[in-house]
Amino acid sequence: MHSILKTSLAALVTAGVVASSAAADGHGLSGELNISSDMSNPAPRAVMEGLAADFDALHPNLTVNLTIVDREAWKTQIRNSLGANPPDVVNWYAANRMRPFVDAGLFADISDLWAEPEFEALASTKGAMTLDGAQWGVPYTYYQWGVYYRKDIFAEYGLSEPTNWEEEKANCQTLLDNGIKCYTIGTKFLWTAGGWFDYINSRTNGYDFHVALARGEIEWTDPRVAQTFANWRELIDMGAFIDDHQTYSWQEALPFMVNGEAASYLMGNFSVAAFRDGGLTDDQLDFYQFPVINPDVDYAEDAPTDTFHIASGAQNMDAAKEFLRFVTSADVQTEINSGSGLGQLPVNANSSIDDDKFLQEGFEMLSNNAGGGIMQFFDRDFDAEMASVGMEGLQEFMVFPDNLDDILARLEETRQRIYN
Amino acid sequence: MASADVNKGWYKRNEIAITPWLFLLPAMIFFAVYVIIPIGQSFWISLHQWDGLGEKTWVGTANYERLLGWGDQNIDRKFSVSFWNNLKWLVLYLLAIPAGLMISLFLNQTVTGIRFYKSMFFFPFVISQVVVGLVFSWFYLPREGLLNAVLGVFGAGPVNILGDPSLATYGIIAAGLWPQTAYCMILYLTGLNAVDPEQVEAARLDGAKGHKMLWYVILPQLKPATFIAFVVTIIGALRSFDLISVMTNGGPFGSTRVLSFYMFEESLSEFGFRMGFGAAIAVVLFFIMLGFITYFLYSMYRDEKGAH
Repeated sequence: MHSILKTSLAALVTAGVVASSAAADGHGLSGELNISSDMSNPAPRAVMEGLAADFDALHPNLTVNLTIVDREAWKTQIRNSLGANPPDVVNWYAANRMRPFVDAGLFADISDLWAEPEFEALASTKGAMTLDGAQWGVPYTYYQWGVYYRKDIFAEYGLSEPTNWEEEKANCQTLLDNGIKCYTIGTKFLWTAGGWFDYINSRTNGYDFHVALARGEIEWTDPRVAQTFANWRELIDMGAFIDDHQTYSWQEALPFMVNGEAASYLMGNFSVAAFRDGGLTDDQLDFYQFPVINPDVDYAEDAPTDTFHIASGAQNMDAAKEFLRFVTSADVQTEINSGSGLGQLPVNANSSIDDDKFLQEGFEMLSNNAGGGIMQFFDRDFDAEMASVGMEGLQEFMVFPDNLDDILARLEETRQRIYN
Repeated sequence: MASADVNKGWYKRNEIAITPWLFLLPAMIFFAVYVIIPIGQSFWISLHQWDGLGEKTWVGTANYERLLGWGDQNIDRKFSVSFWNNLKWLVLYLLAIPAGLMISLFLNQTVTGIRFYKSMFFFPFVISQVVVGLVFSWFYLPREGLLNAVLGVFGAGPVNILGDPSLATYGIIAAGLWPQTAYCMILYLTGLNAVDPEQVEAARLDGAKGHKMLWYVILPQLKPATFIAFVVTIIGALRSFDLISVMTNGGPFGSTRVLSFYMFEESLSEFGFRMGFGAAIAVVLFFIMLGFITYFLYSMYRDEKGAH
């Protein structure tokens, strides 16, 4: 009752005011803007609350209501949330993860926003926001993936950052000979194995092949896919990965590297904060780009993008669009992605990157050394059902590589059912 | 007589016939809204392809064909794994009944502090399934876990129970048995209070003791407790969802799925947008449960008839 009263009062007030002053200065936003966000971890939560407060302060006649939902819970809650009486703006992810909501007409088409000149600065992610020839959301942050490794351990055994597959394996053999596992990983929740597949497949067969596979245009039983798994298997047969990884989450796999039992971790940049919390200093921790496997294909990198979208049932479309302009502006992206905020990379080309060695190195890599293309990540590029069956198969492969033929036959069966 | 009837209101005339229905009405409405109608809806959804967001597409029995492998398809592998796991749960979970009986017989004595011991044995039933799952997954941890520490003392090699597809389901069932045994124990403890001491005395005079006493004198009197323990254990075995979700999340590679978890994964989880297929799994699970329910109703009916 209270909120209805408030809304109608606000509507009454605006009806009077808009015509005179507000419309004139172009900031005539009024009413309420409801935002549902999944930025529930402490640092992102502070960023999101700051964003909402700043936007609220910019528009005196507008009330911004922010609801923060647990990040994992949001992955299933978003469906109910967008159904009846949806919020105006929601968080989600780029690429194929948008598909169900776009198909169901629950995300608003915001191609008109992308046509504005300011959005030129976001061109790098336009492809990831495009489905069916239209854009459905805007990015606010992204982060690189790569191999995070213990610099002190590498130094102890005289190893240097590998640039190709032979060096990678040679490094690994040296580590194994000294009783150290090459890679830590926790595959209990499956997606970590997806990162390995993305990299080995794109380094073996190239970005275009990887994307075609994600679109379901290539059979899983294709010999080129088999080559990817053969390359992966070289590491598995060496014993490069920690034992019992199917029992650990990605966080539970961190101590292996912190304690020096494993030397490196293929992960997203969000892991840096966890490494630092675990007690590793920047002198011990470093980063290198996943090495070349097939010299004929260009580097492609995983760099997942997190996004804002407008619900098609939004009550306050104007305010929602203005909010999207706000979060994509260069200054705001610089601020929210700084070390004191998200500690990630801004998408806006005119933003500046925080002075953090991992962010600088990651930005350098993505800008100048990812000629193949940018992948969003296994579970965002592939169809939802394909991704869940696929990642389960990848986990099984990492534990029982001998089951590969059976796994690939299963994936192929799923692909045919989904795409035919 | 007739005039007296006419003078009374319609309700008064039919009071005897209508009142029971009035009392039943609230329960019937709730049962219909929350049980009967959703069953019908699930069945209806299972005949469609639906992502839970957009329009439903009619596909007839295609979901069932895929699930059960009719025609030229193979039976859905995840379905058969889940189905067999459900059976393992149903059979092995029944171990809670004899185990609970043993403990209750052991605790059914008067020594100092018996109340304390009883409450300690009952403790696992009080804590949430999620906590039980967490405690056991730490217990099973491949390196730091207590289980491997104990095995290490005896020189047995480390095992990763929850990471081994052939052992993981048994590991979870063992975790589930811990609280379920406590539940059965409480049921039997109350049952033992109702055992007629005169019959025990008479049996003793006739020279019955040990397992003969248990089998021929005590157990028949515990029959109502056994029936309830059976019912709650079967229900408990079908409610294994939370333990699986916490301990293995269905893994490794789906080897610990049961039908309810599979249904959740297909329709409601992070990558689940297949409401129709999920509903088909739910319908199959419903018919399996219906078998048990029919058996319970039938045996209750038989007992009631026998009592009269």
